[in-house]
Amino acid sequence: MSLTNGPHGRPYAKLASRMFALFCAGATWLCVTILMLLLWNVVSYGWDSLSWEYINRFPSRFAEKAGIKPALVGSLYLIGLTALFSVPIGVGTAIYLEEYAPKNRWRTIVQINIANLAGVPSIVYGILGLGLFVRAMQLNRSLMAGALTLTLVVLPIVILAAQESLRAVPSTIRQASYALGATRWQTVWCQLLPAALPGIMTGVILALSRALGEAAPLVAIGAATYVRFLPEDIVNDEFTALPLQIYTWTDQPQKGFHEVAAAGIVVLLVVLICINALAVILRYRFSKNKQ
Amino acid sequence: MSLVAPAREPFAAKSSVFDLRWIFEFAIHGVLFVCTAISVITTVGIVVVLLFESLQFFREVSVWEFLTGTRWSPLLKPQHFGVLPLFCGTFLVAGGSALIAVPLGLATAIYLSEYASPLVREVVKPMLEVLAGIPSVVYGYLAVVFVSPLIRDTIPSADLFNAANACVVVGIMILPMVVSLSEDVLQSVPNSLREGAYALGANKLDVTLGVILPAAMSGIMAACLLAIARAVGETMAVTLAAGATPNMTLNPFEGIQTMTAYIVQVSQGDTPAGTLEYRTIFAVGLALFVSTLVLNVFARWILLRVEEKYE
Repeated sequence: MSLTNGPHGRPYAKLASRMFALFCAGATWLCVTILMLLLWNVVSYGWDSLSWEYINRFPSRFAEKAGIKPALVGSLYLIGLTALFSVPIGVGTAIYLEEYAPKNRWRTIVQINIANLAGVPSIVYGILGLGLFVRAMQLNRSLMAGALTLTLVVLPIVILAAQESLRAVPSTIRQASYALGATRWQTVWCQLLPAALPGIMTGVILALSRALGEAAPLVAIGAATYVRFLPEDIVNDEFTALPLQIYTWTDQPQKGFHEVAAAGIVVLLVVLICINALAVILRYRFSKNKQ
Repeated sequence: MSLVAPAREPFAAKSSVFDLRWIFEFAIHGVLFVCTAISVITTVGIVVVLLFESLQFFREVSVWEFLTGTRWSPLLKPQHFGVLPLFCGTFLVAGGSALIAVPLGLATAIYLSEYASPLVREVVKPMLEVLAGIPSVVYGYLAVVFVSPLIRDTIPSADLFNAANACVVVGIMILPMVVSLSEDVLQSVPNSLREGAYALGANKLDVTLGVILPAAMSGIMAACLLAIARAVGETMAVTLAAGATPNMTLNPFEGIQTMTAYIVQVSQGDTPAGTLEYRTIFAVGLALFVSTLVLNVFARWILLRVEEKYE
């Protein structure tokens, strides 16, 4: 054994070391327990309200009759539109920054700018959306305004993830492609994008799950909280979304609405966990392939 | 000869294909450049929208009153426009949640990085990612339904919605962020430092607390700052948990209002656009944007220095 553990040096060194390990392990399991406890609490609270009718009904002034259909449909529209906008723009930006832009000071500035955009609170994007999309572009409180605002929120996430996975493609692939006479875009389209696809998809899925759970920017652009119809026209109709509906119900003083909110959270979490599980599986397969 | 390709015509055709290809390449280059420009325009847009409306606000309310006033009641008569109570509420929640998240998160990160078996890591890390993926409105719900009654049972004098309530849920919320960022930093400490310390006869505790932690300290600071910035910008959980009374207090058991919660309150109300009351959200938004920006820039700067140190 080492000198410091000897009887004359530090008699409690070994004990202290073991205690510390136990303490750290305890902290870890506390985190996991908290997660379990939270999920269990929500599920047990909302279980009774959860039913097929609940998913298929419109909101109501009475908790027993409240349903989540317009919020669910609104949320699905929202992430669909957000994906439509954010994926091409985000991946395009990543390709430009990694493969096209000269490595000069401007590129560094844009890069720092994107890192900082990722840290801007989502409600600030909401204020931007309010000024830009709702008022300046006259989109009112439509799905379009909501989706564009959410696009801005998740764009930095998509860009950073796509950049990282493009960077992970070995440069030998680039060199080989250029050596065969491929142009820059041919190299990107036929070699780099397929190789980086799993990583990009992981990033996109994480970004979309963020968009799905985001309520603050939607509140800021003034999205409706009580909608009794399904949105049909994406640039005119008012809409609501799952997190927004949950927020409204939680904000009610009556206990009944809290149960309905819990059921809404279960629906939201089921969708989210499906999406996240997909991300984990994709990444797992990706890292397997690389080895 | 049939095996030899005829060496004529194609040249002319080839060069025009060649031209088209380069036009296409050029167009693609332009499209990608426009994509990149969008992120820059977003930043400019945020700054312009916030500044434009705030300037109109500051035409009627002096910057000095806004920054140093200790009362915030723009929606009630007599109106007061001192942002300090909102600022105080925001940092009370951010500080309180950091007090919960940093010790717990750091210990977890140390365990995962230095002690845990690969199997435990494989199990715990995805779980923490799930925790990180839970939307903030869910934490708001938990604050209202579970944490608030718990706190009221323990401390009967506490307000129904209070800062402690928000601290607990926001603390849990930023926990995964602290863990994953700190763990990255701990992992980036070169193994030669660990091996060197073991070679000198140190035990695991000495290595972890005496060598790894000091080496990773600045990175961990940055991680904590990023987590605090996240807590400052956190909206739905805080709106639901902390109440809606701008309050200049450090007592966590009183109701407070944060900058984000105020923006939500006005957005949800029926304040007509274009009024002074309405413009307050842009001024508060600007204050919020600047606070998180400063925290983020500082943290990124520290992280950048850490990276340089070990590369």
